[in-house]
Amino acid sequence: MLDIRDLSVGFSRDGRFARVIDGLSYAVAKGETLGIVGESGSGKSVHALALLGLLPQPPGKVLGGRAVFDGEDLLALPESRLRDLRGARIGVVFQDPMTALNPVLTIGRQIAEPLIRHKGMSMRQALDRAADLLALVGIRDGGRRLSQFPHEFSGGMRQRVMIAIAISCEPALLIADEPTTALDVTVQGQILDLMAGLRERLGMTMIWITHDMGVVAGIADTIQVMYAGRIMERGPVGAVFASPRSAYTWGLLQSLPHGARPPGGRLHQIPGQPPDMFALPPGDPFAPRNPFATDRCRVEAPPLRAVTDSAPGHSVAAWYDLPALLGRAA
Amino acid sequence: MSDFLRALTRGSGWLGLIGLLLIALLLLVAAFGPFFDLPDPTRTNLRARMVAPTLSWVGFGAHPLGTDQLGRDILSRIVAGSRVTLVVAGAAVVLGGIVGTLLGLIAGYFGGWLDRLLMRLADIQLAVPLMLLALMVIAALGPSLQNLVMVLALVSWVRYARIVRGQVLAVREREFVQSARAIGASSARIILRHILPNVLTPAIVVATLELARVIVLEAGLSFLGLGVQPPFASWGRMLAEGRTYIASAWWIITFPGIALMLTVLAVNLLGDWLRDYLDPRLQVR
Repeated sequence: MLDIRDLSVGFSRDGRFARVIDGLSYAVAKGETLGIVGESGSGKSVHALALLGLLPQPPGKVLGGRAVFDGEDLLALPESRLRDLRGARIGVVFQDPMTALNPVLTIGRQIAEPLIRHKGMSMRQALDRAADLLALVGIRDGGRRLSQFPHEFSGGMRQRVMIAIAISCEPALLIADEPTTALDVTVQGQILDLMAGLRERLGMTMIWITHDMGVVAGIADTIQVMYAGRIMERGPVGAVFASPRSAYTWGLLQSLPHGARPPGGRLHQIPGQPPDMFALPPGDPFAPRNPFATDRCRVEAPPLRAVTDSAPGHSVAAWYDLPALLGRAA
Repeated sequence: MSDFLRALTRGSGWLGLIGLLLIALLLLVAAFGPFFDLPDPTRTNLRARMVAPTLSWVGFGAHPLGTDQLGRDILSRIVAGSRVTLVVAGAAVVLGGIVGTLLGLIAGYFGGWLDRLLMRLADIQLAVPLMLLALMVIAALGPSLQNLVMVLALVSWVRYARIVRGQVLAVREREFVQSARAIGASSARIILRHILPNVLTPAIVVATLELARVIVLEAGLSFLGLGVQPPFASWGRMLAEGRTYIASAWWIITFPGIALMLTVLAVNLLGDWLRDYLDPRLQVR
């Protein structure tokens, strides 16, 4: 479905240069939901923008690699062909529904736009379809709401509208860039349910970008943990949650509140701060924050290797053996 | 619409209301002037030269605002001049507004060398005195109504371009522009469909204020003989002709002067009020 090989993206600022995505390779199978997790600056959003040709250039620059989607290399396509794909074959939902809708256009016209652009519908046909789409994303009385403006909708409702726009042309791939981050927790749950339902109905492949491990657990088949533009660990959600092999994944999981913790106890924190992408340490970028780091971690970056004693597809980039270290500590 | 009317009758809204009423009056006069039974504004009558204003409105050949040095009826000439003024100034504002707004959209959206080029052109033009620029262009192209409109549009595009560019710089960073791109919209479509409606309000305010400036400039050019050409009547030209007789026949210069002053005042009052009404935070440079 989507096969990314050696994608590298750089950013320059004030004459300095940072390699924010470094040789990223992964594949998503048809119908799979991939959850990409990482802190700010891990490159999770940037690589999605680069795939879509939406990366602001400059300051960003795609340095190399391929991203084959349905037999076409997205990174090599001319802008006009990419425009035909965006919104039609690849849908995108952005993080902040409060700003992602144009305040001066009605909801109906905004949902109709991709239908007119890609499906060649007339405005009337597109508006009819838009009403159906609103029903599909759980907005009642769609016919009337089409003529309303974004400010007449709540945050959750607006995100539903954004989803309706993204799925309007029934895309094969849906990229959701932190679609629930700006929403209330209760609304988050509703949106997650909605997306899961739509995925079944439309048979979409999904890439779900988030910093919330809980969200990934709820929706993804495969989890991919990113740090400093590299994949730290990747595998089936169940296997990774049950037996994390990267100290970073382990730290993220430890930071989640769960019932087994004694009341009043403090949540785990990963020490330090996300790395300065303009001055990355040599070796494993997570090593300076990693209590389990070995001397080798500080000089040589570990490659992503399959984990032999876990579920198939589980792989990790680490020199150390985390279960053994944790076993010794306990 | 009812909000609009309510805002006009509240606070300092009465200033805007006065402007609106005066402009409505002017438009009515300009539109229906020919239907009043007024004397031909271009017909000279040397036996009725410099007839003083009179309060007698009745009877054929009466001249309520008097006649000029060639015996032409001043009221008819003011009415005829209002048509010329409105058509020329209106056309210039529309033309300059469209060109300036488009260039501002392009400069703001694409940025880079295009932006620098357009804005340096704007700077250069602002550095040349308006009247001088207008004189140079008219001298090169020759005076005619079309050229007059072109010159007035030329001197006003800069203001639209700068204001619109500034707004576009802010709007284009907003996320809905990226979502439009994410559904496959082209740059032209994003500019015209998504950004333009968001920058239209300040452009409309600039247009109103620019209308007053263009009217004065048109009168100035006509005063110098480079604007509206005879036999068309024009307020600026009437002022120029009446200047010689200011001591002996004050009415020749006074009435077109009042007409010009009231028009510019009305447009400015409306423009100022409109700016406050549409966006109190907006600062028009």
